[in-house]
Parts: sequence; structure tokens; C-alpha cells
Amino acid sequence: MEFKTVSYLDLEGNLSKDFKHKIKKEELIHWYKTMHRTRRIDERCITLQRQGVINFVIGSRGEEGCAVASAAALTVDDWLFFQYREQAAVLYRGMTTEDYMHHMLLNEKDPSKGRQMSNHYGDRSINCVTVSSTLATQIPNAAGAAYAMKIRGEENVSLCYLAEGSASEGDFHGGVHMASVRYAPCIFFCRNNKYAISTSTKDQYRGDGIVPRSIGYGITGIRVDGNDVFAVYDVVKKAKDICLKGEGPVLIEAMTYRVGAHSTADDPSRYRSDDEVAEWDPKDPIRRLRLYLEKKKWWDEKQDQEYLEAMYQEVEDAIMVARNTPKPSIDSMFEDVYHDIPWNLQEQKEFLETVKEEEGH
Amino acid sequence: MPVMNIIEAVNSALHIAMDSDPTTVVFGEDVGYFGGVFRATVGLQEKHGEARVFDTPICEQGIIGFALGCAMNGLNPIPEIQFADYMFPAYDQLVNEVAKSRYRTGGMYPCGMTIRTPYGGGIHGGHYHSQSPEAQYLHTPGIKVVVPSDPYEAKGLLLASIRTPDPIIFFEPKRIYRASKAEVPLEDYEIPLGVAKVAREGSDLTLIGYGAQHHQNMEAAEQAAEEGISVEVIDLRTLNPLDVDTLEESVKKTGRCVVAHEAPRTMGFAAELSSLIQERCFLHLEAPINRCTGFDTPFSNAHEKDYMPDAPRVLRAIRETVKY
Repeated sequence: MEFKTVSYLDLEGNLSKDFKHKIKKEELIHWYKTMHRTRRIDERCITLQRQGVINFVIGSRGEEGCAVASAAALTVDDWLFFQYREQAAVLYRGMTTEDYMHHMLLNEKDPSKGRQMSNHYGDRSINCVTVSSTLATQIPNAAGAAYAMKIRGEENVSLCYLAEGSASEGDFHGGVHMASVRYAPCIFFCRNNKYAISTSTKDQYRGDGIVPRSIGYGITGIRVDGNDVFAVYDVVKKAKDICLKGEGPVLIEAMTYRVGAHSTADDPSRYRSDDEVAEWDPKDPIRRLRLYLEKKKWWDEKQDQEYLEAMYQEVEDAIMVARNTPKPSIDSMFEDVYHDIPWNLQEQKEFLETVKEEEGH
Repeated sequence: MPVMNIIEAVNSALHIAMDSDPTTVVFGEDVGYFGGVFRATVGLQEKHGEARVFDTPICEQGIIGFALGCAMNGLNPIPEIQFADYMFPAYDQLVNEVAKSRYRTGGMYPCGMTIRTPYGGGIHGGHYHSQSPEAQYLHTPGIKVVVPSDPYEAKGLLLASIRTPDPIIFFEPKRIYRASKAEVPLEDYEIPLGVAKVAREGSDLTLIGYGAQHHQNMEAAEQAAEEGISVEVIDLRTLNPLDVDTLEESVKKTGRCVVAHEAPRTMGFAAELSSLIQERCFLHLEAPINRCTGFDTPFSNAHEKDYMPDAPRVLRAIRETVKY
């Protein structure tokens, strides 16, 4: 069985008549701005990492369309489970640039209290489940959260981001398998970005990508152009409908490309050519949406410059605020291990306080 | 008051938990229609429906990962892993996700669940149906570990575990699932976590154990009494949180201590207990703290009886410690 790639927007920004959804101009401009803001934040964080301000950064260049359009196709009551390259979805849902930078700097305003690496965002108030470094563990978690929605009779879904590399983990099987037999309303959104750190798809799988695996689980599978925001929006909308009709989970494979390095600890020039990367320039999701908006006369160079100037300033201001916010307190290191602090943690906390006091901190 | 075995007591607790808390869900391999390979979940699906009590595919990492998602989104899952030996496929979900979920999310996402699993040797189950892996999870911040020793304890501790908003591994002593019988109230009751039980008072030596081993310890104490040695036997009930005060009080009184468990000796829980007790009772000790444990070998089926730290072997450790 062949899985065709759903696509509506060509490389010149022309939208096919087959795209049936009505999306308001303001909403599309919001998508565009969110993708651009994400890219700028990523760039600045990578620079800050080079300067030693942030320890570790994962950029999402080239994949912002997957995150924004999939989040836009859902409501805030639908839960998002991340891999880690989906910061555009968190920002789309309303996390401010400043709040995002508080997390990246791991300060006392980080919702995760500075306990994980940077780029491990999460915010319960917008149903964004905090990133975990361990690949694919979010897949069975998303299935379980979706099942809870189903048995309470809610009209919502979980959307779980993963990538073609994490689909090799046992948790991919465990999560998709559990969701399929329980008919859990869960959308598994796989970004096939061609690389898992340095390992390309030829060493990651032998079959035709990830989506044919849906057949084995007896669920719907859809392949989409991940750099076409209209197509991503369309297939996620359809997937949610399928889930809520009681037909069980849906596996989406979004074909995209990781334009940047895996992380700031990676050097992609050692395993792929600049020419290969350059091939993806015309397919860039921000570029394609901008061409569409310009053809519709909804956006022009002047508006773009004004927006970029203000947004760049917003990012710089957020960095300053976050850099000047203190680290989380020592107390917080011992909280949330258990619901209540047991005697051994209390003893250890008091020990650390004594040591810090003696050292004059 | 009816007499129940451990299976019946667990079943009674699960019925009460599902009646009293509509967010509870029970699932695992064969637990639904069939009622579990040990029959601990009998009647639950019939009474509470297939949405809340269901069979799962044979996929432990899927079961535990799914349970965490349920817990994050407002359910109170009670997954069963058919044998403690089969938790290892779910080890990453348990250790990296379930245990850390509240911590790594800054307290935003809860992770309370009670994982029931039969553990321990003595049923001719060979290596893969006999292990006692509790120490693996005691070394994992975030997870609590409970091991009941009889039907009354099992019901009260299970209900308390289910109502505790932390991830708990509830190790059930399968060797005495049916052999251990006790009067068990039909009604709802809880035994608080973190409180050890002094099962037999004594003055010469403190003997610490839990689960099925506790019965070997009681038998050894009885035999020691015939030799004029007065042994105080403590059933830990919960390994984490640990009731260290009860241990300290007892050892300060007796001055001697033996810790017994089926699990392998090296890095077993006895090592941690021994260290904690010497830190707190050093000047009261009359002899080194003695460990009576399984061997640092896999669990050989043909040599099962030789492997087990049974009552005669515990008695030997008691004599050694008293004579020191």
C-alpha cells in the first residue's frame, strides 16, 4: 500500500483549491509570526549557549511548521506531549517569550524549577506536558492520557510528537499498540526530519518510512508534507475527527528536514553536505507561508520589517529579564520527589543547608 | 470476621477501592475477563465494567507508560505486572518517567499509581518467576515500596497505597498467597505507610524482615525462644517510607540485630538497613549486624531450597550474633 504525501501549498506559495478549511487572515499571520519568533528565539539561545549562558539548546529550524500548524488544528483542551523540537507549539499555545526564556535559563520562574536541561518546556495551564529527555517515553504516556479523556467522555485528544528515530524505540510499539487496542483518542505525530543526531533514515529503518506501521496496528495512517502548514493543519483536523468518532488513534508522518544541528552539542558538517541542506531552502515553511500571505496581499515587506524589529526587541528584553532572575531556591531541590517530604529527604535538606551556611553561601 | 488468604484480601481491597473511587482503573495481562492468573482481580470487570478493568497486550513498558498517562490526567491506575521478574521491560518507564514525573515537571503533573506485582521464590518458578527485585526500586528516588506479609496487612496496606498520591510498587508474596490465612474485616480499613510492626517482642536480638520472609523469621524466633534467646521480630511492611524510629528503638534495647531477606546479599536492602542502624545505634551494639539473605547468584530452580534464607538459616544467624 502506498501512502501519498498530502500537500496543498506549492513552493511558490500557491494554495490548492482542494484545501477546504477557512482560516482567517489574522490566524495565518499569527502562525507566520509564531514560526518566525520561534526561529529567532532558537538562534539567540544557540548564541547564548556559545557564550556560556545556557548549557544546551535544541533548535527547530525548518520544522516550525509541523509544530505550529498541528497545534493550531487542536484546541487548548487537547493535550500536547512533546519530543523536544516543538517549541513553536508551546509558543503558539500562549507561552510568552519571557516565560520561555525563564525556562531556557532554568531560573526560579521556570515551571519545571530548573530541574531538567533547557528545551524541556512544559506548562500545565496550556496542557503542554513537560518534555522528557528519554526518547519515545511520551508515546505510551500520551496514550494513557487520551484514554482518561475517552472514559470520562470528553471530546478531546492527546497529540504526541515523536520523530523517525524515536519510532525505533520499544515505547513506540508499546504506546501505539496500547492506544490502538484501547481505541484511545491519540494522534501520534511523527516528524520524519531525516536525521537522528548523525544517523540518517537509511540506517534507521528499512521500510517506507514510519506511516506504513499504522497498518500493523489496524489504525489510520496519513503522510503529509511537514513544511506545508495548510496540509499539516488539514491532516491533524482529520485525525482528531477520526479519534473522536471512536475509531482509535491515528499515526501521522510529517515529511520534513532538520535544517540545523541536532543540538548545540552536534556538528552536522561531519556527516552531511551543505548542498543537501540547501536543497531544503525553497521548502522552508516560513518562506512558503510568507509567499502565500504576500500573494493574498495580507503581508508585505514593510509589515515584515516592523514585525521583526519589534519581535527581536521582545526577545532581547526577555533574555535580559530571565538572566536577571535568580536560580530556584535550595529548598525546591527536595520538593516534588514525593507528595510529602519524608524524613530522609528532610535530613538531607537540613544537611545541605548547614553545609551552605558553613561555606558562607 | 471472615478468614481470607492474601489473594482474597487483595481482591477485597480492589473491590473497595473501585467502589469508593471512580477514578481507579485496573489493567494488566489477563486481569480483566479471566480475573488474573493468581485470581486477584476476579469479579472486578463484571462489576465495574470493561472501561475500568481491562486486559492489555503483553507489553509491560506499554502498560506502565500508559498508566503514567492515566495518572497525569486524573485517573488512579492500579496496573498489575504478572510477575515482578517482568517489570524489567518497563524499567525505563518506571525509573525515568513514573518515578520522576512529578519532579521533572516541577510538580505540575501527578504520577500516583499502585503497581501490584507478585514477587519471591518458593514456588518452583525458576529464575524468571522467583526474583525479589525490591532493592532496584528502593534506589530510585520517587518510588515507594510496600511488601505485605499476611492477608490482614495486604488489604490495609493496599488500600492505603491506592490512596497515596505517589507511585508505589506493591510486592505481593506469592509463595504464601494462599498459605497465609488471617481474619480480615469485610469493611474498608487502611494500615498507614511508613509504620513498621513489632510482631513479637523480645530483649536479646532484633530480627528484621518483610513479606514472605517474615514468616520464616517468626518461626526462627519461636525456635530461638526454646533455646532461651528472646528475639524481637519486626515486620517492616513498607520499605520506603521506612520506619527507622521503630528499628532504632528496638536495636537500642536489644543491642543485636539480624536482617533477613530473600533478595541477593550484595546491595540488598539489608545492607542499607545495616548501615542506617549502625549510624544510629553504634554505641548500643554488642555484635556486628548480621545479614541472612539469598545468594549473589541467579535463582536456580533445582537449588531453590538451598537458596532460601529459611527459618533454620535465620536461627543460625541469630545464634551467631548472640554468641559473638
